[in-house]
Amino acid sequence: MESLKLRAEHLEVLIHAIRADGYQLYGPLLDNGAITYGEIGTASDLPQGWTDEQEGGQYRLKRRADKAYFGYAVGPHSWKQYLQLPRRPVWKASNSGGDLQILEIEEAPVKLAFLGVRSCELHGIAIQDRVFSQGNYSNESYTRRRAELFTIALECTTAADTCFCMSMNTGPYVRLPSDLILTEVVNSDTHFLLIRSGSPEGEAILKQLPTEIATKTDLKQAIEAVDQTAQKMRSGPRNFDSSDLKELLYRNYDSPIWDKVAERCLSCANCTMACPTCFCSTVEDSTDLTGTKAERWERWDSCFTADLSHLSGGPVRADTRTQYRQWMTHKLATWYDQFDSSGCVGCGRCITWCPVGIDITEEVQNIRAQEKP
Amino acid sequence: MWRIERRHEEFPGTVTLALRREGHLEVPALPGQFNMLYAFGAGEVAISLSGPSAPSSDPLIHTIKSQGFATQALCRLPVGAQLGVRGPFGHGWPMLDGSHRPLVIIAGGLGLAPLRPLIYRFLQGQLPARSLQVFYGARRPQEMLYREELPAWGKSFELVTSVDHADTNWNGHVGVITDPLRVSAVNVKEALVLLCGPEIMMRFCIQVLRHKGVPASSIYLSMERNMKCAIGLCGHCQWGPHLVCRDGPVFCYQDVCKWFQINGL
Ligand SMILES: Cc1cc2nc3c(=O)[nH]c(=O)nc-3n(C[C@H](O)[C@H](O)[C@H](O)COP(=O)(O)OP(=O)(O)OC[C@H]3O[C@@H](n4cnc5c(N)ncnc54)[C@H](O)[C@@H]3O)c2cc1C
Ligand code: SF4
Ligand code: SF4
Ligand code: FES
Repeated sequence: MESLKLRAEHLEVLIHAIRADGYQLYGPLLDNGAITYGEIGTASDLPQGWTDEQEGGQYRLKRRADKAYFGYAVGPHSWKQYLQLPRRPVWKASNSGGDLQILEIEEAPVKLAFLGVRSCELHGIAIQDRVFSQGNYSNESYTRRRAELFTIALECTTAADTCFCMSMNTGPYVRLPSDLILTEVVNSDTHFLLIRSGSPEGEAILKQLPTEIATKTDLKQAIEAVDQTAQKMRSGPRNFDSSDLKELLYRNYDSPIWDKVAERCLSCANCTMACPTCFCSTVEDSTDLTGTKAERWERWDSCFTADLSHLSGGPVRADTRTQYRQWMTHKLATWYDQFDSSGCVGCGRCITWCPVGIDITEEVQNIRAQEKP
Repeated sequence: MWRIERRHEEFPGTVTLALRREGHLEVPALPGQFNMLYAFGAGEVAISLSGPSAPSSDPLIHTIKSQGFATQALCRLPVGAQLGVRGPFGHGWPMLDGSHRPLVIIAGGLGLAPLRPLIYRFLQGQLPARSLQVFYGARRPQEMLYREELPAWGKSFELVTSVDHADTNWNGHVGVITDPLRVSAVNVKEALVLLCGPEIMMRFCIQVLRHKGVPASSIYLSMERNMKCAIGLCGHCQWGPHLVCRDGPVFCYQDVCKWFQINGL
């Protein structure tokens, strides 16, 4: 796959070409003091010239000195909101004269396109694919939405302090398949996107763009931009060896660290809502006032609720200690046994959006340190 | 749609339903598997198959204890009423091979329900088991399941019953089921032991069995967790490295002993 060069002012052409192909295009935009995901109509919808500062429990937008389109890291939203809908009707039922009918709700087909999918997010989608589409049963709604998905991936030239994809081997370089892959280069002399395709659909879009051959200098600048992101993470405090996480956590169900976290954790479930891979859902069954019509809705759920583990004798995980332990151990350990992959992609959302700044990487280190005699 | 063909109250709050669907050949369910039963508008819950007595064209049999919203609604349904059925799901009891091992069944309370299909098969000579011992504990004599069948069972195989609280007519054991289990003769080398009941009861029984010398690989147990989807997609039945609906509900104790020891998992 040859890399081509798309001048920054031609990003508009890319956006137009994708929309003209019938895709509903989603991407980053400024909303309520954060960079979230929403529908993108033109390049001016993007948070150009903005960046974010992130730390445990902290998020702040800042102006950049340049006009970068993608000069920030991931925000509170993840793409899962478009693939695993936060709330959706599953079926309607009627019961008139003792005759029970159940009518599955067919969603209208949608062609989704995501602009600016980070490497960790491609991994996040791949993990949800394993959960929802690659077992003996599948989540039909997810699988249908996913099948038509067009991704425009983005190699990160800016990482937040909370990012730790290097530790989880999920970024910042894009190695998973994507229809198109961008790398943004912006400096005082130039502003362009290096672009390559990874599928026939991507190639078809690429052909419509006013691209130029990328020079050796262009390529070098792009590689360096991602390299310095990787370097920043490698030398940061959230760089750790993740190769033995499963064994570490399997040895530590009784660690006193769980009690310590429980003193701070609010069981608010923010981490699970922000996480791109957390997939728990529940269903709500209800009837109308006449008692002849019923509905089933599916909605996101969280292991930080006692309802999730409710049994007639009481919830299995009634306290914060067992709930946090369940969450973190699932992300980093039991997920391997269940779905043959990690449940964490190192995006750092759970760190930033935790109201009390609980940091999954720090807790790993705490558990490790506690274990040492 | 499924319709209730027969309804039998085992004792107040617990019913056994026979379900049939017109014009359909049923997927044969294996002993230990479960269905998701939906009561109109009230909810859907996991319920084991407690029958049929013959593995063929008979209706589906489910024994349901009224615990909360959905099970109350199911227990209230009259004969002829319709309900939703999804399934069968999960891995059931291990299939007995040709080695004709002695079979030991230990059930607590409602835990007898998913084991009854095996008992029926044994009675019909369809289970390659050399012998059958059943240990069944309930809270009170009136809260024993399948009371009409118990006398006949007691004549066909060794049936040991126990209740926590006896009444004047009771002449079985009083106390927890582990007491008669501890003193009974079990062929520990060869027996295959199947357990279903509250976790605490299974925990104590396993202690006794292991103490007697039954290998962990000969013990199977059925786990209960909250279930919404029953097909590995909703995360409600998380149990350490397992999703109970997908990997269970029946597990070999040898494979899960580490997890079974951990509280709040
Ligand atoms: C594999 C398997 C086999 C089973 N076999 C049988 C069987 O053969 N017979 C039998 O009787 N039972 C069986 N059960 C147990 C049965 O599924 C539960 O008793 C049943 O789900 C209770 O549902 P309910 O609506 O009546 O109770 P509720 O307590 O009302 O719970 C129903 C659901 O509503 C929610 N909910 C309701 N109240 C609360 C609350 N206060 N707090 C939080 N959440 C709440 C929970 O999410 C729960 O899943 C089995 C369970 C499993 C997993
Ligand atoms: S657990 Fe935290 S860091 Fe890992 S993928 Fe989820 S939100 Fe991102
Ligand atoms: S770890 Fe933080 S975000 Fe997650 S439930 Fe606890 S307080 Fe909420
Ligand atoms: S019940 Fe949904 S995953 Fe097991």
